[in-house]
Amino acid sequence: MSPVLEPVVPLSARRRTVPRWLRRTTGPLLLLVLWQVSSATGVLPSDTLASPGTIADTASGLLKDGTLPHAMLVSVQRVLIGLALGGVIGVSLALVSGLSRLGEDLVDASVQMLRSIPWVGMIPLFIIWMGIGEAPKIALIALGVTFHLYLNVYAGIRGVDAQLIEAGNSLGLGRWGLIRHVVLPGALPGAMTGLRYSLATAWLALVFGETINADDGIGFLLNRAREFFQTDVIVVCLIVYAALGLLADFVVRTLERLLLQWRPNFTGK
Amino acid sequence: MATELHRQVSSLEKDSLEKDSLKKELGQEKEGEGGGAAVRVRSLTRSFDGRAVIDDLQLDVPAGEFVALLGRSGCGKSTLLRVLAGLDREIEGEVLVPRRKAVAFQAPRLMPWKRVWRNVLLGLPGRPGRAVAERALKEVGLGHRIDAWPKTLSGGEAQRASLARALVREPDLLLLDEPFGALDALTRITAQQLVAELWQRRGCAVLLVTHDVEEALLLADRVLVMDGGVIAHQVRVDRDRPRDIADPLLAELRTELLDRLGVKAPEPAAVHKVA
Repeated sequence: MSPVLEPVVPLSARRRTVPRWLRRTTGPLLLLVLWQVSSATGVLPSDTLASPGTIADTASGLLKDGTLPHAMLVSVQRVLIGLALGGVIGVSLALVSGLSRLGEDLVDASVQMLRSIPWVGMIPLFIIWMGIGEAPKIALIALGVTFHLYLNVYAGIRGVDAQLIEAGNSLGLGRWGLIRHVVLPGALPGAMTGLRYSLATAWLALVFGETINADDGIGFLLNRAREFFQTDVIVVCLIVYAALGLLADFVVRTLERLLLQWRPNFTGK
Repeated sequence: MATELHRQVSSLEKDSLEKDSLKKELGQEKEGEGGGAAVRVRSLTRSFDGRAVIDDLQLDVPAGEFVALLGRSGCGKSTLLRVLAGLDREIEGEVLVPRRKAVAFQAPRLMPWKRVWRNVLLGLPGRPGRAVAERALKEVGLGHRIDAWPKTLSGGEAQRASLARALVREPDLLLLDEPFGALDALTRITAQQLVAELWQRRGCAVLLVTHDVEEALLLADRVLVMDGGVIAHQVRVDRDRPRDIADPLLAELRTELLDRLGVKAPEPAAVHKVA
């Protein structure tokens, strides 16, 4: 008796009626509609949470009168300066302890010790040391960034394949040649992971820093809105924080695509 | 191809140089300081935790000779290659190798973050142009993959790139550490032929570490068997190239070598009788 044969259907033949992006947008849209309806019917009072419509109005108002762009500029500036500062410190320390045994002995133990202190807990000390101007906010961001970058760059350097180092040796690369052509490129994936973590931390540190004392920036808008129960402004500020975080992530992703194009990644099916 | 530029692999403990009153048991035709030799090893000892993997080893390789080094797993043949490459320096004894030497490892060990042609040029003195890499890659039949990322190469292609990277240094001594070990059977044959061609064109001395007796017999002028930390046995393969593995002389040598390696080769005649 011969077996019953059935066709193997090619994947492309399986028709999709609704495009994927549309299906994915449906959920959030429904949520938004539900929110708007609850606000309109009074189930959700505006003192608790403003309606999406009001929030959109407020956002465009804040954008038009220049309040929001100015606040964003100030906040982004803080993050960038803190990121640069923490980046330089973190990467330098990682290079020192990653590249030499002596450096590791001198640096690593101290960094590991300091790392166990929750950086948010440093705020009171920073205020005592640096007052309430820009300095403590930037220092807080730099502190959070430093540890993430340090740990990941250090791990990246130490994780470089010893076989490749040996190959470099056999090709006649000197110490600096090895660092430049083998160790640093090999540590790059780790460094990019560190950058992503540290960007997330940078935004978090910004929120903490700005909420506690600020006379400018998004955190300042947020605090003032709290005093007047303007839930719409608060939500706008939260959305701005989220959007900036997304933007930062996009920048890192692009950077990764450019710098790590040698890595054949599993992109998912 | 002159190999007068000899450099001593610096040993951590130089003591046994006086032991140079050596046993000349290992057929070195032309003895004489440097002249015509690509490798000169005297009383080499390399120990791991007190256990001597290489124990008072002598070895001479004349310039331009193709030598295959056989041995059972763990007999120290790869260690010897690493010593000659200058990658292992915790040694005693005298080791002279050319300044210009190159290694191709079992794994291609290409830097994944550099395109193929940049890998080929890596470590070369001066600022050699892309054309230099292109020439070397064309020589190994990889001219079409010059801009590829190493991780997109097939196993055979990666090994060719690794070979090009070794050859572009114009070595007087080429060290091959089981370079075909990870290749599939078909690719291996092509790669072996390529190495034979390249050697005939370049005329550099080659030391090929392998565990494949047939490969050794097909490629080498001289096949060494390493055992007990020394070169325990050697055979000369006086046959023109290209060689055929069905050649009766090679079959005979194969049996002899397998025997030395502790493997009993099946007697072909006996098989016939049964049939």
